[in-house]
Amino acid sequence: MIENKVEHIKMKEIIQKWEKLQDTPLNLRSRILVLISVIFLVSVFIFPLWRMQFFATFYPDGLKLYIYSYKLEGGKTAGRDDLREINTLNHYIGMKPLSQSDFAEFTYLPFVFGALGLLTLRAVVLGKVSTLVDLIVMYFYVGFFSILDFYNKLYTYGHNLAPDAPIKVQPFTPPLFGKKLIAQFTVYSYPSLGTIGMFLTIVTLIIALILTSKEVKS
Amino acid sequence: MKRQIQVALGILITFIAVAIVFHSCKPGKEAVKGEAAEAALATYVPPGDLDEFYLFYSGGHSGQIFVAGIPSMRHICTIPVFTPYPSTGYGFDKETKEMLGGYTWGDAHHPALSETNGDYDGRWLFINDNANNRIARIDLRDFKVKQILGPIPNLSGNHGSTFVTENTEYVTIATRFSVPVPKGTYVPVEEYAKKYHGIVALVEVDPKTGEMRMDEKHGFQVLMPPFNFDLGDAGKGPSHGWVFWTCYNSERATGILEITASQNDRDYIAAVNWKKAEEYLKAGKYKLISGVRVIDPKEAPGVVYLMPCAKSPHGVDVSPDGKWIVGSGKLQSITTVYNFEKMLKAIENKDFVGEEDGIPVLRYESVREAEVPVGLGPLHTQFDDKGYAYTSLFVESAIAKWKLGTWEVVDKIPIAYNIGHLCVPEGDTKHPAGKYVIALNKLSHGRHLSVGPSQPEASQLIDITGEKMRLLYDAFTEPEPHYAQAIRADKLKDKVIEVYQKGIDNKDPNAIWDEKDAKVVRKGNTVEVWMIAVRSRFQPWKIEANQGDKVIIHLTNIEQTTDELHGFAICEYDINVVVDPGETKTIEFVANKPGVFPFYCTNFCSALHQEMQGYLLVKPKGGAGIAQK
Repeated sequence: MIENKVEHIKMKEIIQKWEKLQDTPLNLRSRILVLISVIFLVSVFIFPLWRMQFFATFYPDGLKLYIYSYKLEGGKTAGRDDLREINTLNHYIGMKPLSQSDFAEFTYLPFVFGALGLLTLRAVVLGKVSTLVDLIVMYFYVGFFSILDFYNKLYTYGHNLAPDAPIKVQPFTPPLFGKKLIAQFTVYSYPSLGTIGMFLTIVTLIIALILTSKEVKS
Repeated sequence: MKRQIQVALGILITFIAVAIVFHSCKPGKEAVKGEAAEAALATYVPPGDLDEFYLFYSGGHSGQIFVAGIPSMRHICTIPVFTPYPSTGYGFDKETKEMLGGYTWGDAHHPALSETNGDYDGRWLFINDNANNRIARIDLRDFKVKQILGPIPNLSGNHGSTFVTENTEYVTIATRFSVPVPKGTYVPVEEYAKKYHGIVALVEVDPKTGEMRMDEKHGFQVLMPPFNFDLGDAGKGPSHGWVFWTCYNSERATGILEITASQNDRDYIAAVNWKKAEEYLKAGKYKLISGVRVIDPKEAPGVVYLMPCAKSPHGVDVSPDGKWIVGSGKLQSITTVYNFEKMLKAIENKDFVGEEDGIPVLRYESVREAEVPVGLGPLHTQFDDKGYAYTSLFVESAIAKWKLGTWEVVDKIPIAYNIGHLCVPEGDTKHPAGKYVIALNKLSHGRHLSVGPSQPEASQLIDITGEKMRLLYDAFTEPEPHYAQAIRADKLKDKVIEVYQKGIDNKDPNAIWDEKDAKVVRKGNTVEVWMIAVRSRFQPWKIEANQGDKVIIHLTNIEQTTDELHGFAICEYDINVVVDPGETKTIEFVANKPGVFPFYCTNFCSALHQEMQGYLLVKPKGGAGIAQK
């Protein structure tokens, strides 16, 4: 019984401590880090989130495709418009042309990132440990959701091939991460600066969280 | 008897011994192989690597320009200029058809790359048409003809052309034939000496657009005696402001010219002061003939002088520093070097020995600097970057290398065979690139696999980096390059486009960029089509017309990728155009043949190129067609 009571008190203490920690306002160093994390987040509005490159004999420099949070862009030189070229080639296997209007994501993603940014800024001023925890969870959620959504898009494009296409190919999923051979193309797909920026945002927020938590513990 | 046999045997043995010794003295196969290997290495451009220079050959009576790379000498492409060319669809669409003006050929002799401060600037290439008195301008951005000027009024036989002035202020013209002026005038040929005229002329070039103009406000002509003007070169540096042209037939003869025009020991180099001429133009001292400003030297002293030049001169070339004017008398064995400063002095001192129709003739001894004993039949001279000159010798079939200043001949190389013009990369500019000389030869027999009686032309690449000239390579072209010019490839590297970018390079109002905008519109008896070509289809793929309708097709290649060309040919309608990536061309014809005519892509484009086709359906006049009977 007594032991049980001690346990109970211990438990209570932990919960109280935990609750106290949750309510602890962020210290200065953490606030500065939270501010820096917002600056990293700006990269999702400037740089592509993902970058795909398609190499073949006739394209030794690779056709390039950049996926931004708000637009789709092909590499463009005086001698080639890559997005146009990718669509021209894809029509042979009956793939739908990649077009801006087919991606609802481009209309809402910037708002989602914008909202996250505002909430993060709010945390700079009113931030407690709990706010940071919420933020980090939201960032992870948006990040995973976007990647899953992206994978779904890749799957859909590669599997909804027109039945009357001149060249019949097995449905396929272009690579989300890494290298893959598709017909005569070697395709590389990697996160780009926008995603790296967002990753840094999360890392910075975690560091900020640790800094304040450590101070409380000591 | 025995003794005689002994002597005979002795002689025979000696003879055989000497023959064996001589034979073994000849360079062995190994030595020849070594030289050949060295030459091969000097010209070999490995797969994927690029040449160092562009070479622009005039195509002669093919009416085209041939483009090759140096040092590989590989033919890269042909630029159609005065002759329709189905390969690129040139002369089949509305724009190029209009530019050709109904002519089906030209005689392209002397290409001239545009210059800024006396050096090639890589903007335009000009080329003359000796037959139909025209000049064309090729834009080196896309290697296509942008303008054909002419037939130019008053003049006939535009041979001494298109040598440009130091800043491409003008493209030059001098007539090989003399005719009564203006054209269309009838005068019996017996009155040739007095009533026929040669003309030298300068066509003004717009410094921004390159547009050539010769009208009542731009450019001018100078009325000359009926000599046969041959070749020219514009002054540079100190001689900027002058143009020099050679002439033969100062005899003013007609008939069998090979004899009648070869009687005088000296003919002339005409020196024309175009800055002075501009003053007369400003002062209004000219006549308008056929809408062109014409200066008569009799009434405009100081514009033209004649310098005597050894027998029937052909080429005249100004040295890189602009001080020396090199004239070559083709029926002599010397090349004459004139001193520009001495020429000015002789003019100042009125050191004249006579006149021709009011044009003063300068005293030969006063203007000549040197006579260089180059060899038989000197024609043309080019310069390198080390102070040497290279003169082609037609009769001797060789090139002579000689030093400017000392006037010594230092080397000679035999040519196979009978060299005409020669070309050192940038060899007529202020800063020649040197390295090579390309011999443009008139005869090639025995140097290539036999192809029957109609023989190609030969050009030879010669290394001039060493003390001795060294033959590297034989190349062959279609007839018939005259002159060629070569430019450093890196001067064009960032200028050349390979795709007409939507809205930037293609501003054709009839261009469409989306399949959805493709359409057929009928207005009265005209069927107008806005069509796209893209891998691997035409849209619309069906054109319906009534017999006798005018059909207009605006065809846009909506590709934006290098080398994705599409052709468009209509069977039995004698139509084939080629649209480059991003290009729009307009095709016009009358659908006068009833029936069903397939059209298809002629320029192989893709795996499904064969499928790229459609139909022109022409309903016969008055009802049923043959098939329906």
